[in-house]
Amino acid sequence: MSLELFSQYLFAGISYGIIYAIVAIGFNIIYNTTGVINFAQGEFLMLGGMIAITCNQFMPLPAAIILAVLLTMLIGAAIEMIFIRWLDNPSVLRVIIITIGISILIREVALHIWGENVRALPYFYGNEITSVNILGANVSPQIFFVIGLCSIIVIILSLFFHYTSTGMEMRACASNRRAATLCGINAKNMVTLSFMLSAGIGALAGAVMSPITYTQYDIGTGLAIKGFTVAIFGGLGNSFAAVVAGLLLGIIEAFSISVVPLAYQDAISIAILLLILFIRPHGILGSKDTASLKEF
Amino acid sequence: MLKIKNIETAYGNLKVLRRISMHVDPGEIVTIIGANGAGKTTLLHTICGLLKPRAGEMVLQGNDLCRLSPEKIVKLGCSLVPEGRQVFATMNVRENLILGAYVRYKKDKKKALAELDKIFALFPVLKERENQLAGTLSGGEQQMLAMGRSLMAKPALIMMDEPSTGLAPLIVKNIFEIIVKLKESGNTVLLVEQNAKAALAIADRGYVLETGKIIVQGPAEDLLANNDVQRAYLGREAV
Repeated sequence: MSLELFSQYLFAGISYGIIYAIVAIGFNIIYNTTGVINFAQGEFLMLGGMIAITCNQFMPLPAAIILAVLLTMLIGAAIEMIFIRWLDNPSVLRVIIITIGISILIREVALHIWGENVRALPYFYGNEITSVNILGANVSPQIFFVIGLCSIIVIILSLFFHYTSTGMEMRACASNRRAATLCGINAKNMVTLSFMLSAGIGALAGAVMSPITYTQYDIGTGLAIKGFTVAIFGGLGNSFAAVVAGLLLGIIEAFSISVVPLAYQDAISIAILLLILFIRPHGILGSKDTASLKEF
Repeated sequence: MLKIKNIETAYGNLKVLRRISMHVDPGEIVTIIGANGAGKTTLLHTICGLLKPRAGEMVLQGNDLCRLSPEKIVKLGCSLVPEGRQVFATMNVRENLILGAYVRYKKDKKKALAELDKIFALFPVLKERENQLAGTLSGGEQQMLAMGRSLMAKPALIMMDEPSTGLAPLIVKNIFEIIVKLKESGNTVLLVEQNAKAALAIADRGYVLETGKIIVQGPAEDLLANNDVQRAYLGREAV
């Protein structure tokens, strides 16, 4: 393989990997507060992209993205309040199934609103053919926006969960909801907040990635599967691990094209998911101690 | 401090508490003893708001508790150390304790840290384990952590549900000594125990709960001497 081809694959892998990582981080936020996996996470990315594209027709790009993030956060909060908040002590499985239902619902509503058309935001800098030459590969500047955004999200989140009182309260709710209540924490508000937060992060990622990957009403499912794989691969609940695992998966997928046909790309992530679940269910970077203390 | 009048609590159709009346005065240790299924835990859960009573009155320092959520009741100064510890297993000891203080000192980090030092003085072993995950502590250490977490909120009334469950006798002794220390430093304790002898030995007053009713009550010494109590809960035949 020539160096040029090598770095081309590498950068393609990194840009997809970062996107997977952001989906996985969205999973982690809700998992960290509620102990459940929200399978509608991929739909938040789709909504972020779609709303930003629609808004961009009436306002400048930054405003459109901010509005899309805020609207998606509201949608996330509304979903939690309508479908989950009033449940009295729901089981983990029940909530997971509800989120699968929600993802189907959002997808169908999006199909009605935006149709089947593939859309994209304009590039933030330059256009489709603007590129930077790195190690012989042509890299779109958009990729740097994606990478920068992801790094900021990971750093802020990890500070948030470990050093702010709200973040600690959210972790307490995930660890032991009843005990959190007995510490005077309003567990229901924390869950709503975690849905808002992960919806917002998903929407931001969805908007920033849309120039490269394009957006359609049904991209959520595929992203959710990849994001879930990455979340498990890295170790559930750990945002830093999600980034490492996301990059790994993205790069493995990108290089796999040179060995196996493109159609098998998705099979690779599923194979990794199964392998991890069999061999190291707490993930490559997850701690066994923590995993054994969690219910799920 | 806490006054309860004719409380009734039920799970569905099953009445668990029948017209319970009791009170706790400031600065005393009051114990509730009784066999499995007598309704001891149900009573504590009703007081702290996890269960809602069907009828009756509960007043803590002039505040009606019957319709409040558990979070509000904790804020009023009534803290429960739950049965089976229930620490935040995936967080470290320090984080567990700091979370306990949020009810009162969320905005005031300094006061929370001052409170933390007091807890470390009371439970030196927690200081040694400060950065360890709570779930990896031993049973006795977890019990101390759960007590410490509740104390961080400086509650007016601290309720403990079976603190001796599953602990070695020596540790149980240690825990009871700490409860006495708490009283000496001015705390009010409502203690639920199956280990009636140990509980009555440190308590000022006691209530005996049987199938959801209070059958005997009085000063702890009287209960220890009471023939019925001795036969049923202390494993001693009356002479």
